[in-house]
Amino acid sequence: MNSAVLPLVFQYTLLVFLILCALAVAKTRDLLGAAIIWAAFSLIVSVLWLLLEAPDVSITEAAIGAGLTTLLFIVTVSKTRRAE
Amino acid sequence: MEAIVLRIISRMLIPFIQLFGLYVIMNGHLSPGGGFPGGVIVGSSMVLFALAFGLAEGQKKVPHGISLIMEGGGALWYGALGLVSILAGANYLTNKGANFPLGEPGTLFSSGLVFLLTLGIGIKVASTVVTLYYNLAEGKAHD
Amino acid sequence: MRNILTIIALVFIAYILVFTVSEMPPFGAHDNPTNNVVSERYISEATADTGTMNAVSSIIVDYRAFDTLGELTVLFTAVAAALSCIAAHSQKA
Repeated sequence: MNSAVLPLVFQYTLLVFLILCALAVAKTRDLLGAAIIWAAFSLIVSVLWLLLEAPDVSITEAAIGAGLTTLLFIVTVSKTRRAE
Repeated sequence: MEAIVLRIISRMLIPFIQLFGLYVIMNGHLSPGGGFPGGVIVGSSMVLFALAFGLAEGQKKVPHGISLIMEGGGALWYGALGLVSILAGANYLTNKGANFPLGEPGTLFSSGLVFLLTLGIGIKVASTVVTLYYNLAEGKAHD
Repeated sequence: MRNILTIIALVFIAYILVFTVSEMPPFGAHDNPTNNVVSERYISEATADTGTMNAVSSIIVDYRAFDTLGELTVLFTAVAAALSCIAAHSQKA
């Protein structure tokens, strides 16, 4: 496999995982699990930003999407009900 | 329940997390990053402390009032620095036209207004994270 | 009946979206409309204009500093709204 195809395969694999994560967030009944899957979604998006050569957006996405949003969701879930 | 592993590991990690957050804020004009992600990293280290050692211990380190003051102060710092440009005879939030010292590109203390504004954004975002966490964690549980 | 209408509407929306995407310029091509004089100006003059090595930071905090002021205002307003909602709720209960 030459060097031009391999990153493309990686990107398309990540895109497929992205769609799977989005569907899983919508389908999961457990709110804590949905928050964790949402964090995985943000992490995949941040790797994709890095592959698109946008490191600024990637750092912001990793810090805010995968870190802060998950934290606030988990605190909220711990204060309310866990099941939907 | 005593979470000894969590406490020791977070006590070891928190200085490095804060150092990295400060690095991201201070080097916002040199490398990828800037005020928003760096502020979130610094604020997250405070939240980690409050998670590991309990909310009361965390509020001893960063009291609620101080985080609220920093919250408003960061935004005020940003807006007030824009007025300095007006005093220098240029438009609001102008950098080069208001004769801010640009310094030598590539060094840490360069780029005039950009450096100061990034600091303000970092303070604001870090205190926003801490304030949001405190208020969510303080509230009573709702079923 | 209602399901059929929903499916028809969804297929219609999907057709519009796919049609729009297929008409877009190719990804990363050199002669895309996004590669215009504005981005060239920013890339070549950012260091001389603002003294920053990071062009993104120079756009966020210098060229578009007023946008960032609005962004901070949005953040401040959102936090104030959330805090007042939480405080009002816990006083009532």
